[in-house]
Amino acid sequence: MTPPQRQRRHPSPELVEPVPKPEGEGGGKRPPERLYVVAGPDGERADLDLVTLIVARADPPPSATPEQTAMLRLTTAPLSVAELSAYLNLPFSVVTVLITEMLTAGLVQARAPIVRQALPDRSLLEAVMHGLQRL
Amino acid sequence: MDFKGSDTIPGPRTEDHLPHTAQAAVKIVIVGGFGVGKTTMVGSVSEIRPLTTEETMTQAGIGVDDNFGSDTKTATTVAMDFGRISITDQLVLYLFGTPGQERFWFLWNGLFEGALGAVVLVDTRRLEVSFDVIGRLEERGVPFVVAVNSFPDGPRYPVEDLRSALDLAPDIPIVECDARRRASSRDVLMTLMRFLHSLAMTGALT
Ligand SMILES: Nc1nc2c(ncn2[C@@H]2O[C@H](COP(=O)(O)OP(=O)(O)OP(=O)(O)O)[C@@H](O)[C@H]2O)c(=O)[nH]1
Ligand SMILES: [Mg+2]
Repeated sequence: MTPPQRQRRHPSPELVEPVPKPEGEGGGKRPPERLYVVAGPDGERADLDLVTLIVARADPPPSATPEQTAMLRLTTAPLSVAELSAYLNLPFSVVTVLITEMLTAGLVQARAPIVRQALPDRSLLEAVMHGLQRL
Repeated sequence: MDFKGSDTIPGPRTEDHLPHTAQAAVKIVIVGGFGVGKTTMVGSVSEIRPLTTEETMTQAGIGVDDNFGSDTKTATTVAMDFGRISITDQLVLYLFGTPGQERFWFLWNGLFEGALGAVVLVDTRRLEVSFDVIGRLEERGVPFVVAVNSFPDGPRYPVEDLRSALDLAPDIPIVECDARRRASSRDVLMTLMRFLHSLAMTGALT
C-alpha cells in the first residue's frame, strides 16, 4: 500500500515571527498581533503568554471583584495563565484582560516565559532533557 | 460569563502547587488531527491532571458558510488540553495539545512562536490530515519532530516510506510511539529536545 504524498513547504518571511531578542538587547520589536502587551508594575512591557507565571503580590483588597479574589487565592503559589483559565473556567482572552488589570493595579506579578530565541540557550535545552529523563 | 465566585473555584491540589522559586516556563506544542492521541499524550506525561483552556470565537472568525445571510452570530468554543512537567524548582515545562487546523491557532497568543518546538502526531490510517499542519510549521519556521502513533489497525510503513510520503527533510526525526505509555511519550519529547539541541549546536535554529 502506498501512502498519500505531501509536498514540502518552506519558511515564508511574513509568517516566521521575528524571534524576540534575549533581554537587554534593545528590547526587540514585538510582533504587531500580540494583543496583550501590558505595562508591568515597574513600567516595563510584558506579554501575557499561556505560560506566563502569575503570582499574587497582595491580599485581596476590599475593593476586589470576585474574579480578582479568586485569582489572588489561586496565585498564592505561581500559576500559569493557562491554568488560571482552566481553574476559573474562563476563556483565555477574558483571563488575560483580568490579569492585565491586576498587573496595572499591582495586585499580581508576572514571570515571563522563556521563548525560542535566535541564539537558543543550550543549557536550557539540557535542563529540560535532564528533567524529562527523571520522569 | 457564568462566574461562580471565588469560594466555589477548585484550585490545584496542594501537591500540584508550583514552588515559589518557579521563575519561568517553556512550552511544547503537540499537534495533530482529530482523534490522533493528543490528549492521551499530554495526559500520559503530565504531573498534573490534564486541564483544558478554552477560547470562544464568533462565526465570522471561523470561516464556515454563513446562514443564508442571516446575521445571527454563533460562538464556537475551541478547547486545548494541556499538562505540566516540573523540570527544576525554577523551570516548568507545559505541553499543549492543539487541533491541527491553523485557523484556530491565533486564539492563543504566540502559541507556536514562543514554543521550543512541536510534536506532530500522525496516524498512519489518515496520514493526509497531518499534511497541512506540517506545512504550516515549515512556513512558520517552528522546529518539529514527527511521532507515529501505533494504532493496531493502522497500516505500517517503513520509516523511509513515511519520510518520503511526508516529504520531510532528512534530519527531521520520525519516531514510533504509544501515546498511552508515559515512557513512550517521554521518549518522543526527548527526541524533540535532542533535535533542538542539535539545531542549536549547528546554529541552524533561527
Ligand atoms: N493503540 C493506541 N491507541 C491510542 C494511542 N493514543 C491514543 N489512543 C486512543 O485513541 C483515542 C483518541 O485519543 P485522544 O488522545 O482522545 O486523541 P485526540 O487527538 O486528543 O482527539 P481529539 O481531541 O478528539 O482530536 C483514545 O481512545 C485513545 O485511547 C496510541 O498510541 N495507541
Ligand atoms: Mg483531545
